[in-house]
Amino acid sequence: MKKVFTQTALAAAIAVGSAGFTTASAETELVIVSWGGAYTASQQGAYHDPYMAANPDIKIINDDSAAEGAAKLRAMAEAGNTTWDLLDAEAPSAIALCDEGLVDEINHDKDLAMAPDGTMASVDFGDSIISPCFIPQIAYSFAFGYRNDAFDTPPTAMSDVFDLEKFPGKRALEKRPDTNMEWALIADGVAPGDVYDVLDTEEGVKRAFAKLDTIKDQVVWWTKGAQPMQLLADGEVVFGTSYNGRLFEAIEVNKQPINMLWDAQILNLDGWVVPTNAPHKAEIMEYLKFATDTQRLADQSKFISYGPLRASSAALVGKHGELGIDMAPHMPTDPVNMKTAFAYDFEWWADHKDDLAERFEAWLISG
Amino acid sequence: MAKKMSQSNTSSEPLKTADGVSLKVSLNRALRRRKITALLLVTPLFLFILLTFLGPIFDMLLRSVDNKIIVQVLPKTVSQLAVWDASTGELPDEAVFKAFVEDAKIAAENKTISRVGKRLNYEKSGMSSLFRKTGRKLKKFDPDKLEISYTDLVLGYDKKWAKHETWWLIQRESGKYTSSYYYAAVDAQIGVDGVQRKPDDQRIYMKLLKRTMWLSSLITLLTIVLGYPIAYLLATLKTRTSNLLMILVLLPFWTSLLVRTSAWIALLQREGVVNDFLVTLGFIGDDGRLAMIHNQVGTVVAMTHILLPFMILPLFSVMKTISPTYVRAARSMGATSFTAFRRVYFPNTVAGIGAGGILVFILAIGYYITPALVGGTSGTLLSNFIAYHISTSLNWGLAAALGTILLMVVLVLYILYDKIVGIDNMKLG
Amino acid sequence: MALPLHATTGERIWHYTFLLICVLIFGFLIIPILIIFPLSFNAQPYFTFTPEMLALDPAGYTTKWYGEFFSSSTWQRAVRNSITIAIFSTLISTFLGTLAALGLSRKEFPYKTAIMGLLISPMVVPLIISAAGMFFFYSRLGLQGTHIGVILAHAALASPFVVITVTATLVGFDHSLTMAAASLGSSPTRTFFRITVPLITPGVISGALFAFITSFDEVVVVLFVGSVNQRTIPWAMFSGIREQISPTILAVATILIIFSIILLTMIEMLRRRNERMRGLSAA
Repeated sequence: MKKVFTQTALAAAIAVGSAGFTTASAETELVIVSWGGAYTASQQGAYHDPYMAANPDIKIINDDSAAEGAAKLRAMAEAGNTTWDLLDAEAPSAIALCDEGLVDEINHDKDLAMAPDGTMASVDFGDSIISPCFIPQIAYSFAFGYRNDAFDTPPTAMSDVFDLEKFPGKRALEKRPDTNMEWALIADGVAPGDVYDVLDTEEGVKRAFAKLDTIKDQVVWWTKGAQPMQLLADGEVVFGTSYNGRLFEAIEVNKQPINMLWDAQILNLDGWVVPTNAPHKAEIMEYLKFATDTQRLADQSKFISYGPLRASSAALVGKHGELGIDMAPHMPTDPVNMKTAFAYDFEWWADHKDDLAERFEAWLISG
Repeated sequence: MAKKMSQSNTSSEPLKTADGVSLKVSLNRALRRRKITALLLVTPLFLFILLTFLGPIFDMLLRSVDNKIIVQVLPKTVSQLAVWDASTGELPDEAVFKAFVEDAKIAAENKTISRVGKRLNYEKSGMSSLFRKTGRKLKKFDPDKLEISYTDLVLGYDKKWAKHETWWLIQRESGKYTSSYYYAAVDAQIGVDGVQRKPDDQRIYMKLLKRTMWLSSLITLLTIVLGYPIAYLLATLKTRTSNLLMILVLLPFWTSLLVRTSAWIALLQREGVVNDFLVTLGFIGDDGRLAMIHNQVGTVVAMTHILLPFMILPLFSVMKTISPTYVRAARSMGATSFTAFRRVYFPNTVAGIGAGGILVFILAIGYYITPALVGGTSGTLLSNFIAYHISTSLNWGLAAALGTILLMVVLVLYILYDKIVGIDNMKLG
Repeated sequence: MALPLHATTGERIWHYTFLLICVLIFGFLIIPILIIFPLSFNAQPYFTFTPEMLALDPAGYTTKWYGEFFSSSTWQRAVRNSITIAIFSTLISTFLGTLAALGLSRKEFPYKTAIMGLLISPMVVPLIISAAGMFFFYSRLGLQGTHIGVILAHAALASPFVVITVTATLVGFDHSLTMAAASLGSSPTRTFFRITVPLITPGVISGALFAFITSFDEVVVVLFVGSVNQRTIPWAMFSGIREQISPTILAVATILIIFSIILLTMIEMLRRRNERMRGLSAA
């Protein structure tokens, strides 16, 4: 009995051990770090799968730790042992990573494909190239969703989130100062154009926290994009912020009893950054050329409602891959949705994130 | 050798071994050899633990005082500032500004300047943006075209450079080591006029430490209250029955922490099993569902469940050694069953309570996963903040300082545990 | 625990109340684990009982979450990683831990408490601290994000369990047995393999099982020391719970519980065997 046990254990160890260590054969594994969930799935569908089909010697591994991307990248850089090939980053953190020299600068015209009509990439991407390291992908927004079965009269404005009397119930907000402080100030009556001027002052910061204080005990704080969707679906909360693409997925694909509240949506950019000393630099640049071309960026919108950042892709945005519905009205950049959209100032946040993150955590813990 | 020894032991010969060596020497030699063998057996693991575990811990301790970045990135500034007398209340002279511009220009090109800003931002909010901004401007600056003084150039970049405190801060943090992370870890800051506590709305860590201690004590208390009857029952039942019931304690003990945490999520959430049950029974209305998760209730309930076996098992092994005759004797002398329990049985179990209590408390104050999943904001513990500073805010020095403080608390308890139970008496299962 | 015949009414009431309390506490211990079984077959993607489930309607149940687990390459990779890492760290920690326990249990061992304290410290130091330290240190050595890094880390965390269990077996170890063997002309090596090994084997195996489960269950350290290539089952569960709570997690949980039951049975058998053997040696 014992002998049999040791033998099987040994055999299992050898089998498993060899299976675990021999994966790195002839094919090159590119580690691409992104946000997980529906978002990674859309990149898989639009970029990774077609690229791997065309290049059988490339295998793309998804790592969902973009949220801790900066920390891990810094640790890897400090150790001189970078294992990531590509990182998906929001605009402010891309700026910060570039400033710290943790990601490489890019020659957009040389490294990226032209538009089909021959427009250079830098022109095609235009203003969305917010840092020399940043390779734009999509525009997305932070917006609210609400349970459409929770209220008799549905909310119409973002400020309703701060109205506990008319709209009682828990709210899911992201555990970060940016977006929440802007929303708090707007809901408190600050004109959208003045938000960052107000936040630049100590009184402004206090004012934003004071407004957030009014709903603090009703807030469930989330850290990963799928959490608010789960909380909304389970009825744990009546309002939830999320990325508009996740909301789209919950509403249109999963048919959850949730409605969009586009008012005061906060627009942000998302793109790729290439870590300094990425292990497969040549292969990843090859991949990027493919994954950020006009067609591929437009293809991503078949899977998720984020607006491609190439001007030439916009015209190609069509219908959802499975549902066949028109994607344009679900894009944050749709004129109707844009009416009250708020322009997120990534430069400002790149400069102030450290300061306010600390204050925000202290505020969370107090009282 | 041993063979010879045993021979000489059995014979009544004087103190000589077969080969004529004095027995004392021979025994000593044998003892030394056995000692060396024993040490050799332990050495591999010792070295292994040293390298894979104690090394990292020590490395972390160093990180909590490490402060190389500023002197590395701004070497000239640091040496110029060394002669500046901050107590005059005046700004440093032109030489410092010149050194700073030279250092910072190189740093901006090497992309290291924002790291200095980030480092100083831990001391004074606003430094990060100041250095970033200055770095961007200095990148474009051409020293050959300078028409004003270096002082005016820098002061023109941002009004914060005209503040005495900014320069004082750089001077203060220009050493290779710093104690400021520890000050930050106890919610204090070093101001120009000495150490002060931070304003109330910016204090975090002492509150968190207090909360961690309080919740851990509560959890420990709960495990004692819940564990004691079970241990008592198991210790007094027939071995057959108690072995069977023991499975109910051991199964949770062996079940993955994440399995148990997910179970509590399923049970406690708003639309979860407990709320559904209460609604069905009519105790609460459908809109009056209880919030038992993403708050302290979630943390306390789930952690009590997870740590309960760690209390029951040591209590059980202590109670097992208490002979039932003690209580019987007390009863026969006229004590009521309660008195017999209180005066005779209970005092015998105090050591078990101590052992289990310290063990549970040590485990509880270091918990990370369960509070992160079910604790919400009010149920997070110090560990969660250590993780936050490592992976989100990137303030690794502060994470290390907080970790060191937590480690010290654990060490004290560990020593206490050794005094009460003895480390070599630690048992599992 | 049986109630004496002469018990008073008060004592009777107290006795039954006490039993009721015990039943409730046992319920608290075991119900959360049992509840996972039925919930993992929920046809709806929720963590609760649907009316169909309560009515025992077959339509309320499904095995699709198990199908998802077995067909998902992410989960299968996690299973492979968990097993590989656990096996190798078990081998290392069991080998080193057993040697150390043999040394520590010798009476002649100097500074026993201090050394033992250091060797056991990985078990006592909060995981987040170990994880933080290892994250920084292993990064520097280039071990962060490698299988070897995670295996070494887990071996360090698991070795105290081996030291403790093997030392415990040796506490009852009758040293006169080795003496007797030696006096009968057995060489030290032969004595070791013929006397010591059989006696400590149950302790070693149960230590190895402890080491295995420590690594298999560990999530904090692997989160920091590992990268996506070392993603283990607990890691996948942790990020699964934080992101998308799907009943697949409960299916995985059920499988893990069955796995724990098997391990628990093995440990129990070993413990009894050990007790029997010690009974023999004392006789």
